[in-house]
Parts: sequence; structure tokens; C-alpha cells
Amino acid sequence: MAEIVKLEVVTPEKYVVSEDTQIIMAPGSLGEFGVLRGHTPFLTSLKIGRLHYKDAGGKERELFVSGGFAEALPDRVTVLAEAAERRSEIDIDRAKAALERAQKRLEQEKAENVNYERARAAMYRALERIKLAEASV
Amino acid sequence: MASLKEVQAKITSVKKTKKITRAMNMVASSKLKGAQTAMESFRPYAEKFAEVLGNIADKAGDESSPLLMPAEEVNHTHIVLMTSDRGLCGGFNTHLIETAEEFANEQLNQGRHVSFTNFGKKGRDWCRKNKFQIDKEYLNVVGGKFGFNIASTAGQELINGFLNESYNEVHVVYAQFQGMASQPPTVKQLLPIPVLQAGEKEAADEDAPYMAEHIIEPSPDELLNEMLPRNVYIQLYNALLETSTSEHAARMKAMDNATKACDDMIESLTLSYNKARQAAITMELMDIVGGAEALKG
Repeated sequence: MAEIVKLEVVTPEKYVVSEDTQIIMAPGSLGEFGVLRGHTPFLTSLKIGRLHYKDAGGKERELFVSGGFAEALPDRVTVLAEAAERRSEIDIDRAKAALERAQKRLEQEKAENVNYERARAAMYRALERIKLAEASV
Repeated sequence: MASLKEVQAKITSVKKTKKITRAMNMVASSKLKGAQTAMESFRPYAEKFAEVLGNIADKAGDESSPLLMPAEEVNHTHIVLMTSDRGLCGGFNTHLIETAEEFANEQLNQGRHVSFTNFGKKGRDWCRKNKFQIDKEYLNVVGGKFGFNIASTAGQELINGFLNESYNEVHVVYAQFQGMASQPPTVKQLLPIPVLQAGEKEAADEDAPYMAEHIIEPSPDELLNEMLPRNVYIQLYNALLETSTSEHAARMKAMDNATKACDDMIESLTLSYNKARQAAITMELMDIVGGAEALKG
């Protein structure tokens, strides 16, 4: 039991995860990083992508996170994301629809426009969701 | 005195009104519960975020972000006015609008332009009537179900306006939820972001000295730049949640009062109904007695 890190994933709407884990891998903005118990205090922004961890029983679990921040302390990791879903919770039809919408908008908008950036972010989110939901099902 | 039939009709109609007000009260109370839950689920995120932000703000340079910097000269103020879409909630919207009006006049008196972003139909209608410039309106948000994305969309819009200097200050007028009995309208500055946050946080940081040794990726400045816009969304989302909760609380109270008023009315109407009935009976008796007396003659 000694080697446990507490993982908390919080979004503005709810607590997505709050459980003890053995190891956490998260998509930091400067690259993926892993956290074991005793990690140096560490604060980073996150990319849109996949966060995975081993729960107390050693089972591998995966989440989608839409960017945000993570704070790692020796005994716990807190992830603040605007949206986060467990793999089983991803609504793949919605993600596909979002992808289509974003691609359409990307064709219409000029680059460096704000809407362009927004559409691109939406596209990444959708792509990551689909990738995660469809991976090794 | 009103006729029996008239009084009867009035009683029936008041009873029907009472049914409606009572139903609205119950609907508002169940929606209130939902809104309160949303507020509670938001709290851990907001608190953690404020903690991290305070931490970072201390480390980053003072002038690291344009969102923190006050304009040299303010000549255009933007107001985000949050009201409900529907009425029947007592003085809720009136109070909010009054506060906004007062604030807007203050700005106008200083020779500044004023424009609005509206959440809620009541405030929008008021702005239209008074010919204020409306940049953007969001209906069917307050009081309903909404997610964080509406706050980030609206927040993005406000930040863009601020950055390209369409306006130099953004304030939000919303109903702070202090409890069932009190939802005071509040004006809060959104942009430029007031700096005191970092200072406030310092006291709390003392019990957590290890915070000082955080490794930060990317640099504190860059991280701060990512966090500040989110801070704006958070403030907006929070204001929306509070306004929604307040709306339901205000409506519950208003409907409760209306139900009570119906009870009083039914009571007094029943009394006059009984009086009228008694008077009619007496009249009839008088007729009969009078007739009998006449026959005796």
C-alpha cells in the first residue's frame, strides 16, 4: 500500500476521478510524463490527449483530457481539465460529428483567425476522443 | 354586495391561480436543487484553480500578461448583464437591472462608452428599450442546464474584445447567491483581471511551504498566460451558476408569497360568499313571512 499516489481529475462540472493509483501517465505540454509516489512537486499545462494510470488493483485505465493543468505532489496528482471522460464515457458519435463540423469550418475560415484556432482545437479534441475510444476495443 | 355567483366564480379562479403558483414553487425548488448541486460540483475545481493560479502569479513577472494590465485611459466599458429569461420571480430582475443601470450611468457620466453582453432575456429587453449597444446575447442559459463551454465561448469573446481594444474594461453584473433569503446584485470586474488574488492567497500558502519548490513547465510566464483566460471563464461560469441559483431561489420565494396571498384571498372571499348566502336566505324568509302575513290580512 505504500506506493500509492492519489489521483484526482476535476472538471468544472464534476469530479471525474478520485482514486488511489500506482502510476499515472499524463500528456504534459512538453511531453508525456509519469508520476510515481514521491514525485517532486511539479506543475504543468496539459495537451489534449490521453491520460492513463494503473489503479490500486493494477488495472490499466484511460481517460481523455482536453488540456488543462496538472499538479503533482509527492502523494497526489490533481488534474484540472475543462473536460475529461473515462474511455467508456466517450460519446463517439458526438465526437465524429464534432470532427466533421470542425473540418468544415477549417475549410471556410482563414488561418490565424480566432475561429480558425478554435476550430483546430475542436478538431484535435474530437480526433483524440475518437482515437482513444476506438483503440483496442 | 357582489352576487353569490360572482363570488363563487372568483373563488374558483383564485383557487386555480393558487394551484399554478404552488406548482411553480415546487418546480423552482427542484430546479434550485439542481443548480445548487452544479455550484457545489464546481467548487473543488474553482478552489484548486485559484490556489494554483495564486501560486503561479507570485512567480511570474508582474506585467507578463496583457490581461492583467489596466488601460492607460478607459473610454469604453463593457458590461455583462445576467438576468433570467422569464419573469414571475419577484424583484429579481428589477434589482439586477437597477444595479446595471446605476453602474452604466456612472460610466456614462465619466464620458465613457458603454456596451453590453446579455445573458437572459429580461436584461436584453431592457437594453433594447434603452437603446444600449448590445454586442452579444445569450438566451436560455441562465436558469437552465448549461455547461462550462458556454462560459468559455463567451469569455473568449470578451477577451478578444478587450485585447483588440473594443473596450478597456469588462464588468459583470450578476446575482450573488448568499442563501435563500438574500441574492444581492453584484458588480464585479472581469477584465483587466484584478491582481489582488495572488496577495489573498499568500496567507494560505504558508501552511504549504513545499509549494515554493515546484518545477514548472513550461515557464511560469507561459503557464500564467494559459491560465488567465481560463480564470476569466471560471469567473463567468461562477457568476452564471450563482445567478441561476439565485433566480430559482427568488422564484421560489415569490411563488410562496403568491400562494400565501391566494390563501388570504380565498379566506376573505369565502367569508363574503357566506355573508351573501346568508343575506339571500334571510331575504327569502322575509318574503315568505311577508306573504304569509299578507294572507292572514
